Amino acid sequence: MKSYVMKIDKSNRYLMGVLLIIPMIFLVLGVYGGLMQTLFRAGIIQSDPFMGPDYYKGLTMHGVLNALVFTTFFAVAFGNAVVSYALRMKLNMTWAWVSGILMLVGSALATLMIYIGEATVLYTFYPPLKAHPLFYIGLTLLVVGSWVAFWNWIPLYLKWRRENPGEKTPLSVVGIFTTFIVWQIATIPVAVEILFMLLPWSMGLVNEINAMLARTLFWFFGHPLVYFWLLPAYVMYYSYMPKLAGGKLYSDMAGRLVFMMFIVFSIPVGTHHQYMDPAIGAQWKLLHGFFTFMVALPSLITAFTLAASLEYAGRKRGGKGLFGWMFKLPYFDRDRWLFSYLIAGLVIFIFGGISGIVNASYQLNTAVHNTAWVPGHFHLTVAGPVLLAFMGMSLYLLSRYLNKPVKMKGWALSMPYIWTIGVFIFSWGMMRGGLIGMPRRTNTGPSYANQDSALYQPEWISYIDISVVGGVIMTLSVVIFAVVFFATVFAKQKEGEATLEFPTTEPYHDEDVPWLKNFKPWVIAAIIIIVLAYTPVIIDVLQSTAGGSPPFSPENPAPLR
Amino acid sequence: MDKSEKLALGLSGLLLAAFFLALIYAQVARGIEVPTCITDVEPFTSDTLFQIDENEYELHMITRMWAFEPSSVTLPVGSTVHLYVTSRDIIHGFKIEGKNVNLMAVPQTINYIPVTFNEPGEYFFACHEFCGAAHHLMAGRIIITDNEEDLARADLPGGER
Ligand code: HEM
Ligand SMILES: [Cu+2]
Ligand SMILES: [Cu+2]
Repeated sequence: MKSYVMKIDKSNRYLMGVLLIIPMIFLVLGVYGGLMQTLFRAGIIQSDPFMGPDYYKGLTMHGVLNALVFTTFFAVAFGNAVVSYALRMKLNMTWAWVSGILMLVGSALATLMIYIGEATVLYTFYPPLKAHPLFYIGLTLLVVGSWVAFWNWIPLYLKWRRENPGEKTPLSVVGIFTTFIVWQIATIPVAVEILFMLLPWSMGLVNEINAMLARTLFWFFGHPLVYFWLLPAYVMYYSYMPKLAGGKLYSDMAGRLVFMMFIVFSIPVGTHHQYMDPAIGAQWKLLHGFFTFMVALPSLITAFTLAASLEYAGRKRGGKGLFGWMFKLPYFDRDRWLFSYLIAGLVIFIFGGISGIVNASYQLNTAVHNTAWVPGHFHLTVAGPVLLAFMGMSLYLLSRYLNKPVKMKGWALSMPYIWTIGVFIFSWGMMRGGLIGMPRRTNTGPSYANQDSALYQPEWISYIDISVVGGVIMTLSVVIFAVVFFATVFAKQKEGEATLEFPTTEPYHDEDVPWLKNFKPWVIAAIIIIVLAYTPVIIDVLQSTAGGSPPFSPENPAPLR
Repeated sequence: MDKSEKLALGLSGLLLAAFFLALIYAQVARGIEVPTCITDVEPFTSDTLFQIDENEYELHMITRMWAFEPSSVTLPVGSTVHLYVTSRDIIHGFKIEGKNVNLMAVPQTINYIPVTFNEPGEYFFACHEFCGAAHHLMAGRIIITDNEEDLARADLPGGER
């Protein structure tokens, strides 16, 4: 593969600047919320200067900004870059801007509604808790903006296929399209939930809502959402990491197979978040559990392929013996600082993956569902590999698109390792606490962690405190990142034109597998399985709910209407 | 795919199959269930405790902002409780510490799980789904005891005991 350098024009530069810098501000705000939560939970503070005394308003901000806004923006920015780079084509800038502006307006609306206290519903926005209609509209615009970005790539892809008959689509493009195919399918149920249920009900056009159905539609979307986060990180792991390590991708076919499996099995798994719910037959929960195990398979293949690729790189760099290659990887190489973001994330993900299989394990979920174990788990996934890959790549793209040198590379390089230490401590505290019953989404400060309260739970205290220690270290590493990032934003421009080049990896084993070349059969298989897995669930829900619910405010036990 | 890849793929598949079989085993041989779809119980709007047999009780529990009704239940050692949970307003969560009981309480639906208490003690439960401003104050306990006085004071239903 010849390396290719893409020239960046002005409109593209401004757009990507916006798409990378604004979400970083959102992320910093969201992480601030995270730190405050740990302090609230330990009873160290009762009020914070930005959010005030309302823990749950802050928690809504934390979930929405970090997990919905930051991730969606990044996926779109990264997709814009990968598709135009790997296919060597120009984006239609008008639609790219439309997408960016929709997402910006949507995120600003949703954030504002949370900030003024009109949407304290957490990022899952389960009714009968009601938010301001503008909150739902904001989220809708964010999603529609991401759709527009995807639709803008499709003609380029089709053109490339026409012009390169029989050739394999670049793996990075396969990954990005997988991400957005999953996203496109999975956002339909949540769009139905928002547009046909939440919005009219929140505006007062209808009086009641079927809370159980809404919740089921949310999780129809909610699990594929986590793959929407994870898959861009997989693109980096497959397409860039082996090259950064100085090696090759062990198997190109494995990468393609993994992405196709994600298309098929990412979506028919949502009720694994509802194992403890009423109104859904246990047999359907088990079926979704089965598919969840199927979707773990591509991640296990990935673990093997990446380990093999890194071993190849380590041996090429002179590593000897069974494990010697591990010590030869460029963990601290300033010129390959991006590697540290990817490798640290992978290490965290080992534990994220294991704890995820625990959650997925049907009856075992009884022990952990909605306990602090769960946030412990997903800070090892979305706030682990996903966060680090997204931050690293944001910095990389920023410096390329703005044509600026990455500042303080040493600090940039150390940040992921500091985060890793922090998140391990944090998650250990949360998970251990969860195992002895500490609930999630709960401000333990005034009650369970308060010696003067009748509800005081002395056994939880040490774990709550451990999560504070971890949270402080995590925050510290984000502060380091923010300094590096904004120092880069404000650095002096380099001479010459802005250009983009990705460290694209060559395959070690390269096979030509016709059945992995086309998305179509996989998408059809996905749709069939989704219909089979979800029809009985929806029927159960409709048959076993007695009626609808009026809206409620989080402040008052009496319904709003 | 080369040999080592096929091996890795095969082993991954076997590992997951083993995990999945363990779930089936837990369900079939050990009878550990997750809640299922309940359609044969009428929606209830007040909490009740019925004694249905020697050591068997049926508890209809209401969750609401921000309390469990009842928030404290006293029962003799060895009781099996058929727990039915619903919500009067928004979504709540219910998990009994140290027991395989973890239920979401969703309005207009009924959730169910049976549970047996063979050890005396206080079983704490806290609401684990965000349900508004005082969510973190929503908790209760099940007291399992052999102490006749406590049981008498608890005024069990069903008369004789
Ligand atoms: C300094 C860094 C961070 C700290 C200290 C932190 C802390 C926390 C804590 C304590 C909770 C649980 C609150 C509760 O259940 O009551 C939480 C929830 C959560 N965090 Fe973080 N977090 C951090 C960064 C992140 C990042 C970077 C992401 C995502 C990219 C993230 C995503 C989430 C999500 C989705 C939730 C669940 C919110 C909910 O239950 O509604 N966090 N975080
Ligand atoms: Cu899931
Ligand atoms: Cu609650």
